[in-house]
Amino acid sequence: MTRPIVLGSASSGAESAPSDSGLVTARDLARDYLMGKERVHALRGVNLDIATNDFVAIVGPSGCGKSTLLNLIGAIDRPTTGSVAISGRNVAGLPDREATRFRLLNIGFVFQRFYLMPTLSALENVELPMAEAGIDRAERTSRARELLSYVGLGPRERHRPTELSGGEQQRVAIARALANRPLLLLADEPTGELDAHTGAEIIELFGKLNVDGTTIIVVTHDEELAQSARRRVHMRDGRIVDG
Amino acid sequence: MRFALARAALVRHRPRTILATLGVAVAAAMLLDMVMMSTGMRESFRELLLSRGFQIRLAPKGTLPFDTDATIDSVSSVIAALRENPDLTTISPVLGASINVRVGNRAITSASLGVNPRVQGDYELLTGRDPLASNEIAVNEDFQRATRARFGDTIEVSIGYDPQTRSVTQTRKFVVTGRVRFLYGAANQPATAMQLATLQQMSGLARSDDASLFMIRVRDGANVESARAWIERRIPTVGVISIETAMAQVDERLSYFRQLALILGSVSLFVGFLLVTTLMTVSVNERIGEIAVMRAIGVARWHVVQQIVLEGIAISLAGAIAGLGLGLVTAKYLNAILSSFPGLPMAIDFFLFQPRAVWTALGLLAVSGMAAGVYPAWRAASLPVATTLRQEAIA
Repeated sequence: MTRPIVLGSASSGAESAPSDSGLVTARDLARDYLMGKERVHALRGVNLDIATNDFVAIVGPSGCGKSTLLNLIGAIDRPTTGSVAISGRNVAGLPDREATRFRLLNIGFVFQRFYLMPTLSALENVELPMAEAGIDRAERTSRARELLSYVGLGPRERHRPTELSGGEQQRVAIARALANRPLLLLADEPTGELDAHTGAEIIELFGKLNVDGTTIIVVTHDEELAQSARRRVHMRDGRIVDG
Repeated sequence: MRFALARAALVRHRPRTILATLGVAVAAAMLLDMVMMSTGMRESFRELLLSRGFQIRLAPKGTLPFDTDATIDSVSSVIAALRENPDLTTISPVLGASINVRVGNRAITSASLGVNPRVQGDYELLTGRDPLASNEIAVNEDFQRATRARFGDTIEVSIGYDPQTRSVTQTRKFVVTGRVRFLYGAANQPATAMQLATLQQMSGLARSDDASLFMIRVRDGANVESARAWIERRIPTVGVISIETAMAQVDERLSYFRQLALILGSVSLFVGFLLVTTLMTVSVNERIGEIAVMRAIGVARWHVVQQIVLEGIAISLAGAIAGLGLGLVTAKYLNAILSSFPGLPMAIDFFLFQPRAVWTALGLLAVSGMAAGVYPAWRAASLPVATTLRQEAIA
């Protein structure tokens, strides 16, 4: 499986089209929660295939299971039944240690609230996943600088999250998500906390990332972001109804 | 990176970290003092006993030296018997008595030791010279302060004072020849030293050949316990105490101190542990979201725990180092108070500084700091990532 290009000599700028190879394959995915004594069916038998280099927006009303689906694809949650394979590897039943390692090396997360480490600078936040992956200091600092430049924050690398605007924080979060050259970038309402102008910049950045070879899945209520994706998946009541 | 994160987390809430560190410092100071006290008095006593190289003491059977007024009869025959063993190189008989010195209308009471100044092991000469003649006396600073006696002064010394009849057994004049420090002297206790024969004569016929104590040096390389056993067999009428047997008796008498030190030390350690645990629990609860994100982006559970445990250890060690200074200051202050207890040799330190005590206290605190961080860290790092993130988002 080829890694997303993003940066370095492979970053040609030529648009990459989704390949035929399936990167994400979800089969009969169901996820139930217990809310008190009541069982809630957040996902009810979802089947989904996403190809490498695709840019998919999952849309639907609140509570329809979008974030749950994203969490299962990202291996931070386990399905009640069904399977999720990323690049052919079923991540649904991985033990915690393996699932953690898998996320570290293969999945990039972007959250609505950015969730940067407040005590670390922008540069250190981007370095964090690389440090965890055991990359040596010089190499990770160099790549973190490169990534911050890529998202337009080169001059702000020493700033802490509290010294950055919402849009800048989200850019740092995207750079952090790309640190270990993941197979897949997952974003949950990435423009949800941003104003329209800043949101548009982030949407543009996602477009650029996809063009540069990153496979992206976003969960969003933002119509503009959904429109910018190559493919939209509509959900309702825990099921995919379209896409 | 884990060190950087741990450091950053501590710096982030600077006042709270400083207060917690101070709290641990107080607990550490008390722990250190208790560790110092649990072994200090014993080691100090041992050092004191060995300070002049006398390894064996003879006391009246069934007593400790100067524990009672009992004496050993017939000093000359005891010395003759001891001379039979070539391993016993120095024999120093000592007689203790209470003397009175008249200063104006007041009678000052003082302890006095009759010794052989050439082989004695009871005092060290600070200025002047030993009392080598029968009319000479060496005095300590407390005696000088109480009587205002100076070198070369002649003082009138009485013995056998009867407060009811206000009469004395014998009075003699002495010339003050030196100022000495008594190794086993209690605080604020006037004391003097004179020739053994002089004190024996002044004490009357009943004590004319008596000694309260014999101090004995054993030849280098000779077995002290064998020498002790030989004396016990040769002179069965006296109690023979080697350093080892003395320490066994000291251990028995100090067991209450050690128990007290153990209990107070354990309480201090537990208080320090609770303090760090509380701080780490609060700190971890504040960062549940951050921890969930770290887990989501692939930071291993064990590495999250390590980072939080590092914070606990850092607080404990910083507190321990601050507590080391505080503990030494309080130990010095408490030692000054306890050393002035009547009847106890002033040279005994209740709180003896030993590097081992410091390492023990530091080690215990580091382990407790580690233990304090493990539970909250493991709990936080084990929370389901997706659920925690959802709850954080709702919050």
